[in-house]
Amino acid sequence: MKEYKNTGSKDTRSGFGAGLTELGKTNENVVALCADLTGSLKMDDFKANHPERFFQVGIAEANMIGMAAGMTIGGKIPFTGTFANFSTGRVYDQIRQSVAYSGKNVKICASHAGVTLGEDGATHQILEDLGLMKMLPGMTVINTCDYNQTKAATLAIAEHDGPVYLRFGRPKVANFTPEDQKFEIGKALKLYEGTDVTIIATGHLVWEAIQAAVELNEKGISAEVIDIHTIKPLDENAIIESAKKTGCVVTAEEHNFLGGLGESVARTLAENHPTPQEFVATKDTFGESGTPAQLMDKYGLNAAAIVKASEKVLKRK
Amino acid sequence: MPDINELQDFATQVRRDILRQVHKVNSGHPGGSLGCTEFFTALYQEVMDHNTSFNMDGKEEDLFFLSNGHISPVFYSVLARSGYFPVEELNTFRLIDSRLQGHPTTHEGLPGIRIASGSLGQGMSVALGAAQTKKLNNDDHIVYSLHGDGELQEGQNWEAIMYAAGNKIDNIISTVDLNGQQIDGSTETVLPLGNLKAKFEAFGWDVMEIEDGNDLQQVIDGLKEAKSRTGKGKPVCILMNTVMGNGVDFMMHTHAWHGKAPNDEQLETGLAQNPETLGDY
Repeated sequence: MKEYKNTGSKDTRSGFGAGLTELGKTNENVVALCADLTGSLKMDDFKANHPERFFQVGIAEANMIGMAAGMTIGGKIPFTGTFANFSTGRVYDQIRQSVAYSGKNVKICASHAGVTLGEDGATHQILEDLGLMKMLPGMTVINTCDYNQTKAATLAIAEHDGPVYLRFGRPKVANFTPEDQKFEIGKALKLYEGTDVTIIATGHLVWEAIQAAVELNEKGISAEVIDIHTIKPLDENAIIESAKKTGCVVTAEEHNFLGGLGESVARTLAENHPTPQEFVATKDTFGESGTPAQLMDKYGLNAAAIVKASEKVLKRK
Repeated sequence: MPDINELQDFATQVRRDILRQVHKVNSGHPGGSLGCTEFFTALYQEVMDHNTSFNMDGKEEDLFFLSNGHISPVFYSVLARSGYFPVEELNTFRLIDSRLQGHPTTHEGLPGIRIASGSLGQGMSVALGAAQTKKLNNDDHIVYSLHGDGELQEGQNWEAIMYAAGNKIDNIISTVDLNGQQIDGSTETVLPLGNLKAKFEAFGWDVMEIEDGNDLQQVIDGLKEAKSRTGKGKPVCILMNTVMGNGVDFMMHTHAWHGKAPNDEQLETGLAQNPETLGDY
């Protein structure tokens, strides 16, 4: 079995910050807006190097989204930065009308997504953002799994013409994808070939899926693992082909099972190749305070939960 | 440059277009549209430096953003009669497969529209963004925006108002259509706006007033005065007093025609008060 090595744990938001720093040097049309969370979003370097292209909007997310939409008129590529909760739920109507419906080239970059935000608790831990964003026509939705992938995605979305939601997180997690990767929007990555069960994971759950596959392998179960960084547009072919091969699917995400990756996969399979599926996700609940690891454990968002779901779905084949 | 009589004729024809658009589909918003006819006429026929061969980026030209998108009939009429798209297309207002949606949108590619509006309170932020980009592009043109007075009840406006002054966005002229009416009644009864001049000034804007926003000459002079105040470190606000339904006597001084179409008889009455000048579509 291929071994995926953690080259040193890093936070995905720092991958975003590094990507933005690079874009500052390579793309003069990139501008950044932040709602009083510059340090949390790792936008300090961009701000320091390009103060004329950095816009501090204060604690005023609605204005930030509207301004970003307006800034595209004249050719700028705005990247907005705040927590996932304030990037989506708080400004849904602004994104809907001024960005998505208006077809504006705005990149909504959201940190601190999911329960791994940790101790601040449920007010800040959005578990509904993927659903909110994927329901908007024309919106590209990406949830990256590690530092390197987040950096690559940040660079890639600047080249993509259209609104994008890029979701990443707060804690340091394993960094295991290649440093020099080319990020292809909408392209699933197969991390393991397998024959018994397909595990489709996004974001922080991809590393957990790798650990789960190793554990399943020790139990004699061959798991195929797909890293699906792009929730929309979804790589439907990769999902259907894998489901045809293995006959059962587990989806894994740090998100509510209502509206998340799992439901997109279920719809794809229901339409094309009905397949038993188990959902590793939060089950219509808010989060709470705790350490990221405690919360991942309590809400069943880790390798152990993926193993359990895999064993369960195997019996439903 | 057209003289004032030609502009009056233009405005009269626009009022006819508003009534006819709304009447045909028995839906739409005539009241606010009629009240802002002089404003749109002045802006597009006299004041703005704009290019009717439409380009979304709008570099090296003035830009306009309509925040209170429900007054689309006046916007569409003025865009069409200014040359952005064929006047005959006004026939498709609010019909299926039309580019003239109930509220303006970029989605169907209608020339002249740069942002969707309708859900209120978002236009000033968009205008600020566009103004900011003009500064980045060293483009010294002006960004204009129009807002309903009731619309200022939306909090996002005050985020934008605070940002604009705090960041010295002095290439924007935001006009507030002070007609004192909103759907449920007068602004005074629904949610009093208080002293808007004092509020904008307290936030750091340069505020001026147009006493009669239905007097075309006053609107032209006011907009030109506002333009002369740009580039001086402050965003410029125009508080423009208008009468909702202006030009059609039975629609004036009431919120009843905010979102209601005239029947056949009412249409005839309204059209008789605004005789054809440039030719109906």
